[in-house]
This record gives sequence, structure tokens and C-alpha cells, in this order.
Amino acid sequence: MTGYDEERLATLLRLLPPAPEGWVEAAQELPRARAGLATIVERAERDAAYRAAVLADLEAAVREAGVEPRPSVVEHLRRHLRA
Amino acid sequence: MTTTRTGDLPDAAIVQRCREGDHEAWAELVERYARYVYAIATQAFRLDGHDAEDVFQDVFARAYERLHTLRSDDAVRPWLGQMTRNCCVDHLRASGREVPVDEVEDSPADDVIDQLDDAFAVRQALGQLGEDCAEVLDRFFCRDESYRTIGEALDLPPGTIASRISRCLGKLRAEMGRNMAAQPSSSQVNE
Repeated sequence: MTGYDEERLATLLRLLPPAPEGWVEAAQELPRARAGLATIVERAERDAAYRAAVLADLEAAVREAGVEPRPSVVEHLRRHLRA
Repeated sequence: MTTTRTGDLPDAAIVQRCREGDHEAWAELVERYARYVYAIATQAFRLDGHDAEDVFQDVFARAYERLHTLRSDDAVRPWLGQMTRNCCVDHLRASGREVPVDEVEDSPADDVIDQLDDAFAVRQALGQLGEDCAEVLDRFFCRDESYRTIGEALDLPPGTIASRISRCLGKLRAEMGRNMAAQPSSSQVNE
């Protein structure tokens, strides 16, 4: 990295536009989402009927746990329930 | 008793707090690196739409799960950069598309990542300039807002915005000069 003139600084600043707000919020909510999903998985391991109901409608189960059912969250739950 | 705002903490302290389960610290870590991860996915690997979003979420999910494996808490940027690169490569391979990187790190994508590392250093310097300069430069260069839009948001005439951008770029240049003199770059990646 050599010296910076103002044109180069402007070019470099332009390289880092903000990420879409919803993506950032989803990533920031990850710890809370994971906690909510852990509760679902734990209950599903004890209760076969609940597990079947969750698998039948993953989004509803996620929403019921107080977590926004974003695709990445739903997919994470699907993987854990099928593991 | 004095408290330190999470946003003022260095990376190492943020990482430590994340490991202790501090959700505010995690939110700050995401805020600090979201643009960098996004830029690698969209500019170095040219992912768009759902592909870029999948990688973006996957990177932060992996980071959350693997934070305990980070050997140097000061090395978050290279660690996340490498993780993003790996996620992009995995994503492209899984969908059967061409991967624009070689085994050795000397490919077009890696050249872009080098540029983004420079851009990240500039962004960090921007954070040291104070809110007035940081906001006006971010709005103009990063968010591509016009003088008029910025002026309306900040309740200032467009001519003032133009002169403030010029003055703040000068301050940013001086700040970068000080930063470069103070610390030659060294990084440690452990993924």
C-alpha cells in the first residue's frame, strides 16, 4: 500500500457500499435466532409429534419461537432436525 | 463508573465480549464487517441476489460458531476475509459454476480482495475523523447520494456539502498518512 491521493481515497471509499439493511439485521439477530431454534430442536428431540408438526411447517415453528423465519434460519432448523 | 460504548472498542475486546455471549457486541461485530463481507461476495466473486445473501449469512453463521477458534482476537478482518473467500468458492462449486481463484492466492478475485483490504483501512481511518466528516464522505462516496440529498438530510446548503467533502478528504488523507507511519501492516490468518 503506497501513498494516497484524494482520487484514490474516493475510489477506495466507493468499494465499500453498505450491505442491504435486512441482511445485516438478520446476521445481528443470529444469537437470538440460534437460541430460539435450540429450544425447538430440544423439544423436537423429546416429542415426536411436535417434531413432525415442526417439519410440516418450519416457518410457523420458527415464527412461534419469536424468530423471524428468514430462509437461512429455516434452513438451519431443517438441517438440525434431519441430522 | 464510566462505560465504554461498544462501537468504540477495539476488535479484540468485541470478540472477547462476543465469546461471553454479549449480543450487543455481536451486533457491533456484524456492523463493522458487513460491508467487507458483502464487497468480497459481490465484487471479488461477482455473486448477486440470493447467492450473495446466502454467502453473507453463511459467513456470519460460521463466524458465530467458530469464534472460539480465532487464535488472535486482533485478526478478525483477515479471518473473516478468508472465511468469506472460502464460502464463495464453496457456493460456486456447489452450483457447478466456474471459480475465479486458484489454489495459490494470486487470482483476479484475490486482487480484488487486496483492494478491499485497502478500502477497509480507509474506512477505519474514516471512523477516526469525527461524525461530521464520516457521515458526509460515507453518504457521498459509499451511498452515492447527491449534494442535494445530503444537504437536505443534514440541513446544509449544497455548496457547503461540496466544500465539506473536499475538506474531509484532506483530513482523511492526513489520517491515512499517520496510520501508515504508525503501523506497518501485518496479518495473521488461521482458517
